[in-house]
Amino acid sequence: MLDYVIRAAVAITTASLLAACSVEPWVKPYERANLADPIMSFSPNPVEKRYIDHIYEVRESARGATGAGGGGCGCN
Amino acid sequence: MREGAVVAVTKRLLSLVVLLCISSAASAALLPEDRSDVMFHRYDGGGVEVDGPSILVRKSIGQSVSVSANYYVDSISCASVDVMSSASPYTEERTETGLSVDYLHDKTMMTLSYTKSDESDYLSETASFDISHDMFGDLTTVSLGYSVGNDDISNNTDETFSETAKKQYFRVGITQILTKNSLMGINLETITDEGFLRSPYRSVRYWNSATGAGGTVSEAYPETRTSNALAFSVKYFLPYRAALSGEYRYYNDTWGIDASNLEIGYIHPLEKDWTFEVHYRYYTQDAADFYSDLFTRADEQNYMARDKELSTYQDHTIGVGVSYEFKPEKWQFLDRGSFTLAVDYIRFNYDDFRDVLKGGGSVTPGEEPLYSFSANVIKAYLSVWY
Repeated sequence: MLDYVIRAAVAITTASLLAACSVEPWVKPYERANLADPIMSFSPNPVEKRYIDHIYEVRESARGATGAGGGGCGCN
Repeated sequence: MREGAVVAVTKRLLSLVVLLCISSAASAALLPEDRSDVMFHRYDGGGVEVDGPSILVRKSIGQSVSVSANYYVDSISCASVDVMSSASPYTEERTETGLSVDYLHDKTMMTLSYTKSDESDYLSETASFDISHDMFGDLTTVSLGYSVGNDDISNNTDETFSETAKKQYFRVGITQILTKNSLMGINLETITDEGFLRSPYRSVRYWNSATGAGGTVSEAYPETRTSNALAFSVKYFLPYRAALSGEYRYYNDTWGIDASNLEIGYIHPLEKDWTFEVHYRYYTQDAADFYSDLFTRADEQNYMARDKELSTYQDHTIGVGVSYEFKPEKWQFLDRGSFTLAVDYIRFNYDDFRDVLKGGGSVTPGEEPLYSFSANVIKAYLSVWY
C-alpha cells in the first residue's frame, strides 16, 4: 500500500507542475483576510492538538493522516 | 529523429515548468509564530486516570529558522477492565520530550524533528523529516513527510524480557484555498510496523462449552502491520466572523481493521476577548481478523488477541472550549496571551468485548454484559506570544 503514497506524491507533484502552466490564482492575496483569521487555522493550538491526537491514538486502532508531522505513540 | 525531438520538447517543457514555479512567487511563506504554551491535561475514564503537564516553546532565530521544544508528562493510574481482570492496579509515569527545527527558504519549509518517549517498560524514539511548498500564488501547499521510530519494549514482571519494534511513516498532504472564505486539506499516511506489536501483559481467554475446559493464554500477534489513512478536512468562514470545520478520515490495515471518523466543529469569537468552541466527533471500527472476546481453545488460531482496541466498537466525543485573550501590561516583551479551558466527554460502546468483572463468577463465559465506559478529558492551558 506504500505504493499508493508514492503514486499520490508523484501524482500531486506532476499535477501541480502541470497546473503551474495555466493556473491563475482565483483568490487574490488582498482577498485572504478571512482566511488569515486565527479561527480559520486547521490546528490553532498545537499543544492541545498533540494531546488530543495522543488520546485517540492510544484508544483507537486508526492512526495517521492527522495533519501533524512526526509520530510515535510510545505506548502499549 | 523522432526520439530526439521528444527529448528536446520534454526538456523545454521542464524548463518552462521550473521557470514558472520559480517565478510564481507572490508572497513568501511564513515561519510559525513565536509562542509558548503551558498545559495541564487530565483524562479520567474506564478506571484509568492520566494527568500531567505539557510545555511547548517555539522561538524563531533570524528570518528563516524556528526552533520548538516540547516536554510532556503522563502520570498514569491504571485500574482498567483489562488490568483488573488479570492483574493488580498500577501507577507509572510516561515522559515525552521533543525538539524540532523549521527552516524556511522562500516558499519551502523543511522540518526536522526528534521525539523520545520514556516509561518504565517502553522506550520509543522517533525522527521525522517534513517538507512543504507553497505554489500557485500561495493557493496550494503540498507537503511530504517521513518518520522512523524504534521502540524497546520490556516487562516489569520479567527482567529477562526484551523486544523491539520499528515503525515507519510515509505521508503526503495538500492544503488548498478554495474561495476567499474556505479551505480544504487532504492527507494520506501509510504506517508500517515490524517487530513486537502487542502488550507483554495481556491474555486471551478461551472456554469450550462442550467440555467446560477454559483458561487464559498470552496473546499472539503478527509481527508486521501496515496501515493506510486518508483524511479530508474543510474549513469555512461564516459572514459574522465564526468558522465551521469538518473532517472525515478513512482507515484500513493489514490486520483487517476498517475504521472511519467524522468530526464537525464550530468556533465563534463572542466578544472582543472571548472565543467559544464546540465540536462533535464520531468514530467506528471493525475488529481485527484475529480478535475474539472468547476463543474455544488455547491454540484455536496462530494469532489471537483480546485487546478491546482491536474489537468492533464506536465512540462519540462532544467537547466545548472557551478562551480568554489578554494583553499582559506588566510584561512588555509579550505581544499577547490567552487562557483556554476545554472539556471533552467521550463515550465508548463495544460490540464484542464483554465486561468479565460484571460476571461475578456465576455467568457463563461469553454471556457477560457488553463493555462500555465514559471518559472526561480536561485541557487547561496558558499561551503567550512574543
